[in-house]
Amino acid sequence: MTVATATVTGPARTRRSRPASNLTAASGLGLGVAVLWLSILVLIPLIAVVVAALEGGVGTFWAALTDPQTFAALRLTVLEALGVTALNVVVGTLIAWVLVRDEFPGKRVLDVVIDIPFALPTIVAGLVLLSLYGPASPVGINLVNTQQGIFLALAFVTLPFVVRTVQPVLLELDVDAEEAAASLGAGRLTTFRRIILPSLLPAITAGASLAFARAISEFGSLVLISGNTPYETEVASLKILKFIEGDNQAQAAAVATLLLLVAVVVIVALDLISRRVARRG
Amino acid sequence: MSIEIRGVAKRYGDFTALENIDLSIPTGQLTALLGPSGGGKSTLLRIIAGLETTDSGTVEIEGTEATHLPPQKRNVGFVFQHYAVFKHLTVARNVAFGLEIRKRPKAEIKERVAELLELVHLSQFAERLPAQLSGGQRQRMALARALAVEPTVLLLDEPFGALDAKVRKELRDWLRRLHDDVHVTTVFVTHDQEEALEVADKIVVINQGRIEQIGTPDELYDEPANEFVAGFLGPVTELDGRTVRPHDIDVHREAVPGAVVGSVARVLRVGFEVRLSVLPDGGAPASRAVQVTLTRAHARDLTAGTKVWLTPADRG
Repeated sequence: MTVATATVTGPARTRRSRPASNLTAASGLGLGVAVLWLSILVLIPLIAVVVAALEGGVGTFWAALTDPQTFAALRLTVLEALGVTALNVVVGTLIAWVLVRDEFPGKRVLDVVIDIPFALPTIVAGLVLLSLYGPASPVGINLVNTQQGIFLALAFVTLPFVVRTVQPVLLELDVDAEEAAASLGAGRLTTFRRIILPSLLPAITAGASLAFARAISEFGSLVLISGNTPYETEVASLKILKFIEGDNQAQAAAVATLLLLVAVVVIVALDLISRRVARRG
Repeated sequence: MSIEIRGVAKRYGDFTALENIDLSIPTGQLTALLGPSGGGKSTLLRIIAGLETTDSGTVEIEGTEATHLPPQKRNVGFVFQHYAVFKHLTVARNVAFGLEIRKRPKAEIKERVAELLELVHLSQFAERLPAQLSGGQRQRMALARALAVEPTVLLLDEPFGALDAKVRKELRDWLRRLHDDVHVTTVFVTHDQEEALEVADKIVVINQGRIEQIGTPDELYDEPANEFVAGFLGPVTELDGRTVRPHDIDVHREAVPGAVVGSVARVLRVGFEVRLSVLPDGGAPASRAVQVTLTRAHARDLTAGTKVWLTPADRG
Protein backbone atom coordinates (compact mmCIF):
# COMPACT_ATOMS: atom_id res chain seq x y z
CA MET A 1 0.00 0.00 0.00
CA THR A 2 2.83 2.38 0.93
CA VAL A 3 4.40 1.77 -2.46
CA ALA A 4 1.12 2.65 -4.14
CA THR A 5 0.77 5.88 -2.19
CA ALA A 6 4.30 6.90 -3.04
CA THR A 7 3.75 6.26 -6.74
CA VAL A 8 0.45 8.08 -6.67
CA THR A 9 1.61 11.25 -4.98
CA GLY A 10 4.71 11.42 -7.13
CA PRO A 11 3.21 12.76 -10.36
CA ALA A 12 0.65 14.87 -8.47
CA ARG A 13 3.41 16.69 -6.67
CA THR A 14 5.46 17.32 -9.81
CA ARG A 15 2.38 18.85 -11.34
CA ARG A 16 2.49 21.67 -8.83
CA SER A 17 6.18 22.37 -9.33
CA ARG A 18 5.98 21.90 -13.10
CA PRO A 19 2.86 23.48 -14.59
CA ALA A 20 3.75 22.14 -18.06
CA SER A 21 2.53 18.67 -17.05
CA ASN A 22 -1.18 18.09 -17.64
CA LEU A 23 -1.63 15.45 -14.92
CA THR A 24 -4.52 16.06 -12.54
CA ALA A 25 -4.82 14.19 -9.23
CA ALA A 26 -7.12 11.61 -10.87
CA SER A 27 -4.96 11.00 -13.91
CA GLY A 28 -1.93 10.89 -11.62
CA LEU A 29 -3.63 8.08 -9.73
CA GLY A 30 -4.39 6.31 -13.01
CA LEU A 31 -0.80 6.59 -14.19
CA GLY A 32 0.44 5.37 -10.82
CA VAL A 33 -1.75 2.27 -10.91
CA ALA A 34 -0.77 1.56 -14.52
CA VAL A 35 2.95 1.82 -13.80
CA LEU A 36 2.68 -0.27 -10.66
CA TRP A 37 0.64 -2.93 -12.43
CA LEU A 38 3.05 -3.09 -15.38
CA SER A 39 6.00 -3.29 -13.00
CA ILE A 40 4.68 -6.15 -10.88
CA LEU A 41 3.31 -8.17 -13.78
CA VAL A 42 5.72 -7.49 -16.62
CA LEU A 43 8.83 -5.45 -16.05
CA ILE A 44 10.14 -6.98 -12.80
CA PRO A 45 9.66 -10.62 -13.92
CA LEU A 46 11.29 -9.79 -17.26
CA ILE A 47 14.29 -8.28 -15.51
CA ALA A 48 14.42 -11.33 -13.22
CA VAL A 49 14.65 -13.63 -16.25
CA VAL A 50 17.41 -11.57 -17.82
CA VAL A 51 19.28 -11.49 -14.50
CA ALA A 52 18.89 -15.28 -14.12
CA ALA A 53 20.18 -15.76 -17.67
CA LEU A 54 23.26 -13.68 -16.99
CA GLU A 55 23.89 -15.06 -13.49
CA GLY A 56 26.63 -17.43 -14.62
CA GLY A 57 28.32 -14.67 -16.60
CA VAL A 58 28.09 -13.75 -20.25
CA GLY A 59 30.19 -16.78 -21.15
CA THR A 60 27.65 -19.25 -19.80
CA PHE A 61 24.84 -17.31 -21.46
CA TRP A 62 26.61 -17.42 -24.82
CA ALA A 63 27.48 -21.09 -24.43
CA ALA A 64 23.85 -21.94 -23.73
CA LEU A 65 22.70 -20.24 -26.92
CA THR A 66 25.44 -21.56 -29.18
CA ASP A 67 24.85 -25.12 -28.06
CA PRO A 68 24.00 -26.70 -31.45
CA GLN A 69 20.78 -28.29 -30.26
CA THR A 70 19.51 -25.08 -28.61
CA PHE A 71 20.54 -23.01 -31.62
CA ALA A 72 18.66 -25.35 -33.96
CA ALA A 73 15.55 -25.02 -31.81
CA LEU A 74 15.78 -21.21 -31.81
CA ARG A 75 16.42 -21.10 -35.55
CA LEU A 76 13.46 -23.35 -36.30
CA THR A 77 11.20 -21.28 -34.03
CA VAL A 78 12.13 -17.95 -35.59
CA LEU A 79 11.95 -19.20 -39.18
CA GLU A 80 8.60 -20.91 -38.67
CA ALA A 81 7.25 -17.80 -36.94
CA LEU A 82 8.44 -15.54 -39.77
CA GLY A 83 6.90 -17.86 -42.37
CA VAL A 84 3.59 -18.00 -40.55
CA THR A 85 3.58 -14.23 -40.11
CA ALA A 86 4.14 -13.70 -43.84
CA LEU A 87 1.29 -16.10 -44.61
CA ASN A 88 -0.98 -14.29 -42.17
CA VAL A 89 -0.23 -10.88 -43.70
CA VAL A 90 -1.51 -12.07 -47.07
CA VAL A 91 -4.32 -14.44 -46.08
CA GLY A 92 -5.45 -12.40 -43.07
CA THR A 93 -5.76 -9.23 -45.16
CA LEU A 94 -7.63 -11.17 -47.84
CA ILE A 95 -10.08 -12.64 -45.31
CA ALA A 96 -10.65 -9.22 -43.74
CA TRP A 97 -11.30 -7.78 -47.21
CA VAL A 98 -13.82 -10.48 -48.05
CA LEU A 99 -15.58 -10.02 -44.70
CA VAL A 100 -15.88 -6.25 -45.10
CA ARG A 101 -16.34 -5.65 -48.83
CA ASP A 102 -18.24 -8.69 -50.10
CA GLU A 103 -21.78 -9.84 -49.44
CA PHE A 104 -22.35 -13.58 -49.45
CA PRO A 105 -24.47 -16.13 -47.59
CA GLY A 106 -22.79 -17.40 -44.45
CA LYS A 107 -20.79 -14.21 -43.94
CA ARG A 108 -21.85 -13.88 -40.30
CA VAL A 109 -20.90 -17.49 -39.60
CA LEU A 110 -17.47 -17.01 -41.17
CA ASP A 111 -17.01 -13.88 -39.09
CA VAL A 112 -17.55 -15.91 -35.92
CA VAL A 113 -15.49 -18.92 -37.06
CA ILE A 114 -12.42 -16.67 -37.44
CA ASP A 115 -12.23 -16.30 -33.66
CA ILE A 116 -12.36 -20.01 -32.86
CA PRO A 117 -8.59 -20.59 -33.04
CA PHE A 118 -8.19 -17.69 -30.63
CA ALA A 119 -10.89 -18.80 -28.20
CA LEU A 120 -9.88 -22.45 -28.18
CA PRO A 121 -7.44 -23.62 -25.49
CA THR A 122 -4.27 -24.24 -27.48
CA ILE A 123 -3.94 -27.83 -26.31
CA VAL A 124 -7.42 -28.42 -27.76
CA ALA A 125 -6.23 -26.82 -31.00
CA GLY A 126 -3.37 -29.34 -30.99
CA LEU A 127 -5.84 -32.15 -30.44
CA VAL A 128 -8.09 -30.93 -33.26
CA LEU A 129 -5.16 -30.84 -35.67
CA LEU A 130 -3.92 -34.20 -34.48
CA SER A 131 -7.26 -35.85 -35.18
CA LEU A 132 -7.23 -34.57 -38.78
CA TYR A 133 -3.52 -34.62 -39.61
CA GLY A 134 -2.25 -37.21 -37.11
CA PRO A 135 -1.40 -40.92 -37.47
CA ALA A 136 -5.13 -41.77 -37.62
CA SER A 137 -5.82 -39.08 -40.22
CA PRO A 138 -9.08 -39.63 -42.15
CA VAL A 139 -7.55 -37.85 -45.15
CA GLY A 140 -4.32 -39.83 -45.02
CA ILE A 141 -2.04 -36.92 -44.15
CA ASN A 142 0.21 -37.45 -41.14
CA LEU A 143 2.03 -34.27 -40.15
CA VAL A 144 3.09 -35.35 -36.66
CA ASN A 145 6.80 -34.83 -36.03
CA THR A 146 7.26 -32.72 -39.18
CA GLN A 147 8.11 -29.05 -39.66
CA GLN A 148 4.99 -28.72 -41.82
CA GLY A 149 2.98 -29.89 -38.83
CA ILE A 150 4.48 -27.11 -36.72
CA PHE A 151 3.72 -24.60 -39.49
CA LEU A 152 0.12 -25.77 -39.66
CA ALA A 153 -0.36 -25.54 -35.89
CA LEU A 154 1.14 -22.04 -35.80
CA ALA A 155 -0.96 -20.90 -38.77
CA PHE A 156 -4.04 -22.23 -37.00
CA VAL A 157 -3.50 -20.38 -33.72
CA THR A 158 -2.37 -17.08 -35.33
CA LEU A 159 -5.14 -16.87 -37.95
CA PRO A 160 -7.36 -14.27 -36.18
CA PHE A 161 -4.72 -11.63 -35.47
CA VAL A 162 -4.29 -9.91 -38.84
CA VAL A 163 -7.97 -10.41 -39.72
CA ARG A 164 -9.13 -8.76 -36.52
CA THR A 165 -6.75 -5.81 -36.68
CA VAL A 166 -7.36 -5.07 -40.39
CA GLN A 167 -11.15 -5.52 -40.38
CA PRO A 168 -12.11 -2.38 -38.37
CA VAL A 169 -9.69 -0.18 -40.35
CA LEU A 170 -11.11 -1.47 -43.62
CA LEU A 171 -14.62 -0.72 -42.36
CA GLU A 172 -13.67 2.90 -41.65
CA LEU A 173 -11.83 3.39 -44.93
CA ASP A 174 -12.95 6.33 -47.07
CA VAL A 175 -14.50 4.79 -50.19
CA ASP A 176 -14.55 8.28 -51.77
CA ALA A 177 -10.74 8.21 -51.93
CA GLU A 178 -10.88 4.99 -53.97
CA GLU A 179 -13.44 6.54 -56.33
CA ALA A 180 -11.27 9.65 -56.61
CA ALA A 181 -8.30 7.46 -57.57
CA ALA A 182 -10.45 5.64 -60.14
CA SER A 183 -11.62 8.88 -61.76
CA LEU A 184 -7.98 10.01 -61.90
CA GLY A 185 -7.24 6.94 -63.98
CA ALA A 186 -5.93 4.44 -61.43
CA GLY A 187 -6.85 0.80 -62.06
CA ARG A 188 -8.00 -1.46 -59.23
CA LEU A 189 -4.56 -2.86 -58.52
CA THR A 190 -2.93 0.58 -58.48
CA THR A 191 -5.67 1.93 -56.23
CA PHE A 192 -5.15 -0.97 -53.84
CA ARG A 193 -1.39 -0.61 -53.81
CA ARG A 194 -1.18 3.18 -53.62
CA ILE A 195 -4.33 4.24 -51.77
CA ILE A 196 -5.77 1.34 -49.75
CA LEU A 197 -2.64 -0.53 -48.69
CA PRO A 198 -0.88 2.48 -47.09
CA SER A 199 -3.96 3.05 -44.92
CA LEU A 200 -4.07 -0.61 -43.91
CA LEU A 201 -0.35 -0.98 -43.21
CA PRO A 202 -0.36 0.08 -39.55
CA ALA A 203 -3.15 -2.41 -38.86
CA ILE A 204 -1.44 -5.17 -40.85
CA THR A 205 1.79 -4.49 -38.95
CA ALA A 206 0.04 -4.63 -35.60
CA GLY A 207 -1.61 -7.92 -36.55
CA ALA A 208 1.67 -9.32 -37.90
CA SER A 209 3.49 -8.37 -34.69
CA LEU A 210 0.87 -10.12 -32.58
CA ALA A 211 0.95 -13.17 -34.82
CA PHE A 212 4.75 -13.32 -34.73
CA ALA A 213 4.90 -12.92 -30.95
CA ARG A 214 2.29 -15.61 -30.55
CA ALA A 215 4.11 -17.93 -32.97
CA ILE A 216 7.52 -17.79 -31.31
CA SER A 217 5.96 -18.40 -27.92
CA GLU A 218 3.44 -21.07 -28.96
CA PHE A 219 3.48 -24.14 -26.74
CA GLY A 220 0.12 -25.85 -26.22
CA SER A 221 -0.76 -26.68 -29.80
CA LEU A 222 2.79 -27.89 -30.54
CA VAL A 223 3.15 -30.31 -27.62
CA LEU A 224 1.13 -32.97 -29.41
CA ILE A 225 2.06 -32.38 -33.03
CA SER A 226 5.71 -31.27 -33.09
CA GLY A 227 7.18 -34.58 -31.92
CA ASN A 228 10.02 -32.70 -30.26
CA THR A 229 12.92 -34.33 -32.12
CA PRO A 230 16.17 -32.38 -31.48
CA TYR A 231 17.54 -30.62 -34.62
CA GLU A 232 14.34 -31.51 -36.49
CA THR A 233 11.09 -30.47 -34.85
CA GLU A 234 12.09 -29.09 -31.48
CA VAL A 235 10.91 -25.50 -30.90
CA ALA A 236 12.20 -23.00 -28.35
CA SER A 237 9.27 -23.13 -25.94
CA LEU A 238 9.51 -26.90 -25.68
CA LYS A 239 13.28 -26.61 -25.32
CA ILE A 240 12.76 -24.31 -22.34
CA LEU A 241 10.45 -26.90 -20.77
CA LYS A 242 13.11 -29.56 -21.31
CA PHE A 243 15.75 -27.38 -19.62
CA ILE A 244 13.50 -26.75 -16.64
CA GLU A 245 12.64 -30.43 -16.31
CA GLY A 246 16.39 -31.12 -16.32
CA ASP A 247 16.75 -28.56 -13.51
CA ASN A 248 18.75 -26.28 -15.81
CA GLN A 249 17.28 -22.90 -14.87
CA ALA A 250 20.11 -20.75 -16.24
CA GLN A 251 19.90 -22.22 -19.74
CA ALA A 252 16.11 -21.98 -19.74
CA ALA A 253 16.44 -18.31 -18.82
CA ALA A 254 19.03 -17.77 -21.55
CA VAL A 255 16.69 -19.14 -24.26
CA ALA A 256 13.82 -17.12 -22.79
CA THR A 257 15.92 -13.93 -22.89
CA LEU A 258 16.85 -14.49 -26.50
CA LEU A 259 13.21 -15.08 -27.48
CA LEU A 260 12.37 -11.84 -25.72
CA LEU A 261 15.06 -10.04 -27.68
CA VAL A 262 13.94 -11.50 -31.01
CA ALA A 263 10.35 -10.50 -30.32
CA VAL A 264 11.36 -6.91 -29.55
CA VAL A 265 13.63 -6.65 -32.62
CA VAL A 266 11.02 -8.04 -35.02
CA ILE A 267 8.19 -5.89 -33.65
CA VAL A 268 10.29 -2.73 -33.88
CA ALA A 269 11.48 -3.68 -37.38
CA LEU A 270 7.91 -4.28 -38.58
CA ASP A 271 6.87 -0.91 -37.21
CA LEU A 272 9.75 0.86 -38.97
CA ILE A 273 9.02 -0.86 -42.27
CA SER A 274 5.34 0.04 -42.13
CA ARG A 275 6.13 3.69 -41.42
CA ARG A 276 8.55 3.87 -44.31
CA VAL A 277 6.22 2.18 -46.79
CA ALA A 278 3.24 4.25 -45.65
CA ARG A 279 5.23 7.42 -46.23
CA ARG A 280 6.37 6.41 -49.68
CA GLY A 281 2.78 5.66 -50.82
CA MET B 1 -22.74 19.93 -76.57
CA SER B 2 -20.25 18.57 -74.13
CA ILE B 3 -22.39 16.03 -72.28
CA GLU B 4 -25.41 14.38 -73.88
CA ILE B 5 -27.67 12.38 -71.59
CA ARG B 6 -30.51 10.44 -73.18
CA GLY B 7 -33.15 8.37 -71.39
CA VAL B 8 -31.06 7.76 -68.29
CA ALA B 9 -32.89 6.00 -65.43
CA LYS B 10 -31.76 4.50 -62.14
CA ARG B 11 -33.63 2.46 -59.55
CA TYR B 12 -32.47 1.13 -56.19
CA GLY B 13 -34.93 -1.62 -55.35
CA ASP B 14 -38.31 0.11 -55.04
CA PHE B 15 -36.81 3.58 -55.00
CA THR B 16 -36.63 5.49 -58.28
CA ALA B 17 -33.58 7.73 -58.14
CA LEU B 18 -33.78 8.93 -61.74
CA GLU B 19 -36.57 8.67 -64.27
CA ASN B 20 -35.95 9.01 -68.00
CA ILE B 21 -33.54 11.96 -67.91
CA ASP B 22 -32.69 13.81 -71.13
CA LEU B 23 -30.16 16.59 -70.74
CA SER B 24 -27.59 18.44 -72.82
CA ILE B 25 -24.80 20.21 -70.99
CA PRO B 26 -23.03 22.86 -73.09
CA THR B 27 -19.25 23.03 -73.49
CA GLY B 28 -17.26 25.49 -71.42
CA GLN B 29 -20.12 26.50 -69.12
CA LEU B 30 -20.76 26.15 -65.45
CA THR B 31 -23.95 24.17 -64.95
CA ALA B 32 -25.63 23.56 -61.58
CA LEU B 33 -27.77 20.54 -60.78
CA LEU B 34 -30.06 21.99 -58.12
CA GLY B 35 -32.62 20.22 -56.01
CA PRO B 36 -33.55 18.87 -52.59
CA SER B 37 -31.61 16.02 -50.96
CA GLY B 38 -32.49 12.60 -52.30
CA GLY B 39 -33.83 14.12 -55.52
CA GLY B 40 -31.37 12.22 -57.73
CA LYS B 41 -28.94 15.00 -58.68
CA SER B 42 -25.89 13.30 -57.13
CA THR B 43 -26.83 10.01 -58.77
CA LEU B 44 -26.92 11.75 -62.14
CA LEU B 45 -23.49 13.30 -61.54
CA ARG B 46 -22.06 9.91 -60.53
CA ILE B 47 -23.53 8.31 -63.65
CA ILE B 48 -21.78 10.96 -65.77
CA ALA B 49 -18.52 10.14 -63.94
CA GLY B 50 -18.97 6.40 -64.33
CA LEU B 51 -19.01 5.84 -60.56
CA GLU B 52 -22.56 4.57 -60.93
CA THR B 53 -24.07 2.61 -63.81
CA THR B 54 -27.30 3.61 -65.52
CA ASP B 55 -30.17 1.13 -65.83
CA SER B 56 -31.07 2.41 -69.28
CA GLY B 57 -30.24 5.20 -71.71
CA THR B 58 -26.89 6.59 -72.86
CA VAL B 59 -24.24 9.06 -71.77
CA GLU B 60 -22.01 10.79 -74.30
CA ILE B 61 -19.05 12.96 -73.31
CA GLU B 62 -17.58 15.31 -75.95
CA GLY B 63 -18.87 13.11 -78.73
CA THR B 64 -17.55 9.88 -77.19
CA GLU B 65 -20.08 7.20 -76.28
CA ALA B 66 -19.30 6.68 -72.57
CA THR B 67 -22.27 4.69 -71.20
CA HIS B 68 -20.20 1.59 -70.52
CA LEU B 69 -16.78 3.17 -70.02
CA PRO B 70 -15.20 2.68 -66.57
CA PRO B 71 -14.42 5.91 -64.63
CA GLN B 72 -10.71 5.50 -65.44
CA LYS B 73 -11.37 5.95 -69.17
CA ARG B 74 -13.78 8.89 -69.06
CA ASN B 75 -11.23 11.61 -68.37
CA VAL B 76 -13.50 13.46 -65.95
CA GLY B 77 -12.36 15.29 -62.85
CA PHE B 78 -14.47 14.54 -59.80
CA VAL B 79 -14.58 16.55 -56.56
CA PHE B 80 -16.33 15.02 -53.55
CA GLN B 81 -18.24 16.72 -50.75
CA HIS B 82 -15.92 15.29 -48.11
CA TYR B 83 -12.74 16.02 -50.09
CA ALA B 84 -11.69 12.35 -50.57
CA VAL B 85 -8.06 13.24 -49.93
CA PHE B 86 -5.29 10.64 -50.07
CA LYS B 87 -4.38 11.26 -46.45
CA HIS B 88 -0.99 9.53 -46.45
CA LEU B 89 0.29 11.67 -49.34
CA THR B 90 1.46 15.28 -49.21
CA VAL B 91 -0.54 18.01 -50.93
CA ALA B 92 1.87 17.98 -53.89
CA ARG B 93 1.69 14.18 -54.20
CA ASN B 94 -2.10 14.29 -54.04
CA VAL B 95 -2.18 16.72 -56.96
CA ALA B 96 0.46 14.71 -58.84
CA PHE B 97 -1.45 11.42 -58.49
CA GLY B 98 -3.31 11.47 -61.81
CA LEU B 99 -0.17 12.55 -63.68
CA GLU B 100 1.90 9.79 -62.07
CA ILE B 101 -0.75 7.27 -63.13
CA ARG B 102 -0.39 8.59 -66.68
CA LYS B 103 3.39 8.10 -66.40
CA ARG B 104 4.28 11.67 -67.34
CA PRO B 105 7.96 12.63 -67.03
CA LYS B 106 9.00 13.70 -63.52
CA ALA B 107 10.02 17.22 -64.54
CA GLU B 108 6.72 17.81 -66.30
CA ILE B 109 4.75 16.58 -63.27
CA LYS B 110 6.70 18.86 -60.98
CA GLU B 111 6.10 21.87 -63.16
CA ARG B 112 2.39 21.15 -63.60
CA VAL B 113 1.86 20.56 -59.86
CA ALA B 114 3.59 23.84 -59.01
CA GLU B 115 1.38 25.61 -61.55
CA LEU B 116 -1.82 24.10 -60.14
CA LEU B 117 -0.89 24.79 -56.52
CA GLU B 118 -0.30 28.38 -57.57
CA LEU B 119 -3.76 28.43 -59.18
CA VAL B 120 -5.48 27.21 -56.00
CA HIS B 121 -3.25 29.34 -53.71
CA LEU B 122 -1.68 26.39 -51.91
CA SER B 123 1.95 26.73 -53.02
CA GLN B 124 3.28 27.20 -49.49
CA PHE B 125 1.46 24.04 -48.33
CA ALA B 126 2.92 21.70 -50.98
CA GLU B 127 4.78 19.51 -48.49
CA ARG B 128 2.05 19.35 -45.85
CA LEU B 129 -0.25 16.42 -45.26
CA PRO B 130 -3.98 16.97 -45.90
CA ALA B 131 -4.71 16.59 -42.17
CA GLN B 132 -2.78 19.83 -41.61
CA LEU B 133 -5.09 21.80 -43.92
CA SER B 134 -8.46 23.43 -43.22
CA GLY B 135 -11.59 22.16 -44.95
CA GLY B 136 -11.53 24.93 -47.54
CA GLN B 137 -7.85 24.28 -48.32
CA ARG B 138 -8.49 20.55 -48.65
CA GLN B 139 -11.27 21.18 -51.13
CA ARG B 140 -9.03 23.51 -53.17
CA MET B 141 -6.40 20.76 -53.17
CA ALA B 142 -9.01 18.25 -54.36
CA LEU B 143 -9.95 20.66 -57.14
CA ALA B 144 -6.29 21.03 -58.21
CA ARG B 145 -5.96 17.24 -58.18
CA ALA B 146 -9.01 16.89 -60.43
CA LEU B 147 -7.79 19.61 -62.80
CA ALA B 148 -4.28 18.11 -63.03
CA VAL B 149 -5.31 15.49 -65.57
CA GLU B 150 -6.86 18.15 -67.84
CA PRO B 151 -10.32 16.60 -67.71
CA THR B 152 -12.88 17.05 -70.48
CA VAL B 153 -15.45 17.82 -67.81
CA LEU B 154 -15.15 18.75 -64.16
CA LEU B 155 -17.80 17.31 -61.86
CA LEU B 156 -18.34 18.61 -58.32
CA ASP B 157 -20.63 16.84 -55.87
CA GLU B 158 -21.83 19.34 -53.22
CA PRO B 159 -18.28 20.70 -53.19
CA PHE B 160 -18.85 23.28 -50.46
CA GLY B 161 -21.48 21.39 -48.48
CA ALA B 162 -19.16 20.43 -45.62
CA LEU B 163 -17.77 23.94 -45.12
CA ASP B 164 -19.00 26.71 -42.86
CA ALA B 165 -21.04 29.56 -44.33
CA LYS B 166 -18.25 32.13 -44.65
CA VAL B 167 -15.73 29.81 -46.32
CA ARG B 168 -18.47 28.46 -48.53
CA LYS B 169 -19.20 31.93 -49.85
CA GLU B 170 -15.52 32.68 -50.45
CA LEU B 171 -14.97 29.41 -52.32
CA ARG B 172 -18.09 29.99 -54.37
CA ASP B 173 -16.76 33.34 -55.65
CA TRP B 174 -13.37 31.78 -56.16
CA LEU B 175 -14.80 28.86 -58.16
CA ARG B 176 -16.61 31.32 -60.44
CA ARG B 177 -13.39 33.30 -61.06
CA LEU B 178 -11.42 30.06 -61.55
CA HIS B 179 -13.94 28.89 -64.13
CA ASP B 180 -13.65 32.19 -65.99
CA ASP B 181 -9.89 31.53 -66.20
CA VAL B 182 -9.84 27.81 -66.93
CA HIS B 183 -13.05 27.41 -69.00
CA VAL B 184 -13.41 23.69 -68.45
CA THR B 185 -16.97 22.38 -68.77
CA THR B 186 -18.14 22.16 -65.16
CA VAL B 187 -21.18 20.54 -63.58
CA PHE B 188 -21.80 20.95 -59.89
CA VAL B 189 -24.44 19.54 -57.61
CA THR B 190 -25.95 21.69 -54.88
CA HIS B 191 -29.05 21.93 -52.76
CA ASP B 192 -28.34 25.60 -52.01
CA GLN B 193 -30.34 27.79 -54.42
CA GLU B 194 -28.27 30.87 -53.57
CA GLU B 195 -25.10 29.01 -54.55
CA ALA B 196 -26.63 27.93 -57.86
CA LEU B 197 -28.02 31.39 -58.66
CA GLU B 198 -24.74 33.07 -57.87
CA VAL B 199 -22.28 30.77 -59.62
CA ALA B 200 -23.97 28.94 -62.48
CA ASP B 201 -24.44 29.94 -66.11
CA LYS B 202 -27.26 27.44 -66.33
CA ILE B 203 -29.33 25.67 -63.70
CA VAL B 204 -31.04 22.29 -63.97
CA VAL B 205 -33.65 21.82 -61.23
CA ILE B 206 -34.04 18.16 -60.34
CA ASN B 207 -36.70 16.82 -57.99
CA GLN B 208 -37.88 13.27 -57.30
CA GLY B 209 -35.77 11.85 -60.11
CA ARG B 210 -37.13 14.23 -62.76
CA ILE B 211 -35.96 17.47 -64.35
CA GLU B 212 -38.37 20.25 -63.35
CA GLN B 213 -36.83 23.07 -65.37
CA ILE B 214 -33.65 24.07 -67.21
CA GLY B 215 -32.63 27.68 -67.67
CA THR B 216 -30.39 30.58 -66.74
CA PRO B 217 -30.59 31.82 -63.14
CA ASP B 218 -32.74 34.80 -64.23
CA GLU B 219 -35.16 32.66 -66.23
CA LEU B 220 -35.64 30.27 -63.35
CA TYR B 221 -36.08 32.98 -60.76
CA ASP B 222 -38.37 35.23 -62.76
CA GLU B 223 -40.30 32.67 -64.79
CA PRO B 224 -40.41 29.45 -62.80
CA ALA B 225 -42.13 26.67 -64.73
CA ASN B 226 -44.09 25.48 -61.73
CA GLU B 227 -44.80 25.98 -58.03
CA PHE B 228 -41.95 23.68 -57.01
CA VAL B 229 -39.30 25.62 -58.91
CA ALA B 230 -40.70 28.94 -57.70
CA GLY B 231 -40.65 27.79 -54.08
CA PHE B 232 -37.25 26.13 -54.29
CA LEU B 233 -35.46 29.10 -55.84
CA GLY B 234 -36.64 31.64 -53.31
CA PRO B 235 -39.47 32.72 -51.01
CA VAL B 236 -42.94 33.14 -52.54
CA THR B 237 -46.20 34.60 -51.28
CA GLU B 238 -49.73 34.88 -52.61
CA LEU B 239 -51.14 38.29 -53.61
CA ASP B 240 -54.74 38.39 -54.85
CA GLY B 241 -54.57 34.76 -55.98
CA ARG B 242 -51.23 35.14 -57.79
CA THR B 243 -47.89 33.68 -56.67
CA VAL B 244 -45.27 36.43 -56.44
CA ARG B 245 -41.93 37.00 -54.74
CA PRO B 246 -42.20 39.03 -51.48
CA HIS B 247 -39.84 41.68 -52.82
CA ASP B 248 -41.87 42.09 -56.02
CA ILE B 249 -44.71 43.83 -54.14
CA ASP B 250 -45.04 47.62 -53.90
CA VAL B 251 -46.38 49.03 -50.65
CA HIS B 252 -48.41 52.27 -50.90
CA ARG B 253 -49.60 54.49 -48.03
CA GLU B 254 -52.67 55.85 -49.88
CA ALA B 255 -55.37 54.26 -52.02
CA VAL B 256 -54.24 52.91 -55.40
CA PRO B 257 -56.71 51.47 -57.96
CA GLY B 258 -56.71 47.66 -58.09
CA ALA B 259 -54.59 47.30 -54.98
CA VAL B 260 -55.11 44.80 -52.20
CA VAL B 261 -56.02 46.72 -49.05
CA GLY B 262 -54.82 45.43 -45.71
CA SER B 263 -53.12 46.27 -42.47
CA VAL B 264 -49.65 45.41 -41.27
CA ALA B 265 -49.85 42.50 -38.81
CA ARG B 266 -46.18 42.14 -38.01
CA VAL B 267 -42.87 43.89 -38.78
CA LEU B 268 -39.66 41.86 -38.57
CA ARG B 269 -36.23 43.23 -39.27
CA VAL B 270 -33.59 40.74 -40.44
CA GLY B 271 -30.27 42.43 -41.10
CA PHE B 272 -30.62 44.78 -44.07
CA GLU B 273 -34.20 43.84 -44.95
CA VAL B 274 -37.57 44.27 -43.31
CA ARG B 275 -40.26 41.58 -43.60
CA LEU B 276 -43.89 42.60 -43.33
CA SER B 277 -46.87 40.41 -42.75
CA VAL B 278 -49.92 42.16 -44.25
CA LEU B 279 -53.41 40.89 -43.45
CA PRO B 280 -55.85 41.74 -46.31
CA ASP B 281 -59.09 43.38 -45.18
CA GLY B 282 -62.24 41.31 -45.22
CA GLY B 283 -61.55 38.90 -42.36
CA ALA B 284 -58.98 36.66 -44.07
CA PRO B 285 -57.37 34.10 -41.72
CA ALA B 286 -53.84 34.83 -40.46
CA SER B 287 -52.44 32.02 -42.63
CA ARG B 288 -53.45 34.02 -45.74
CA ALA B 289 -51.29 37.01 -44.76
CA VAL B 290 -49.24 38.44 -47.63
CA GLN B 291 -45.48 38.41 -47.01
CA VAL B 292 -43.66 41.53 -48.23
CA THR B 293 -39.93 42.25 -48.14
CA LEU B 294 -38.70 45.85 -48.11
CA THR B 295 -35.40 47.57 -47.61
CA ARG B 296 -35.07 49.43 -44.32
CA ALA B 297 -35.44 52.84 -45.99
CA HIS B 298 -38.83 51.95 -47.46
CA ALA B 299 -40.15 50.49 -44.26
CA ARG B 300 -39.22 53.40 -42.03
CA ASP B 301 -42.67 54.45 -40.80
CA LEU B 302 -44.51 51.16 -41.02
CA THR B 303 -45.65 49.60 -37.75
CA ALA B 304 -48.17 46.96 -36.80
CA GLY B 305 -51.69 48.24 -37.58
CA THR B 306 -50.65 50.62 -40.41
CA LYS B 307 -53.08 50.53 -43.31
CA VAL B 308 -51.40 49.74 -46.66
CA TRP B 309 -52.27 49.13 -50.33
CA LEU B 310 -50.35 46.37 -52.09
CA THR B 311 -49.73 46.05 -55.84
CA PRO B 312 -47.48 43.71 -57.80
CA ALA B 313 -44.27 45.56 -58.68
CA ASP B 314 -43.81 46.53 -62.30
CA ARG B 315 -40.70 44.66 -63.34
CA GLY B 316 -40.24 46.45 -66.62
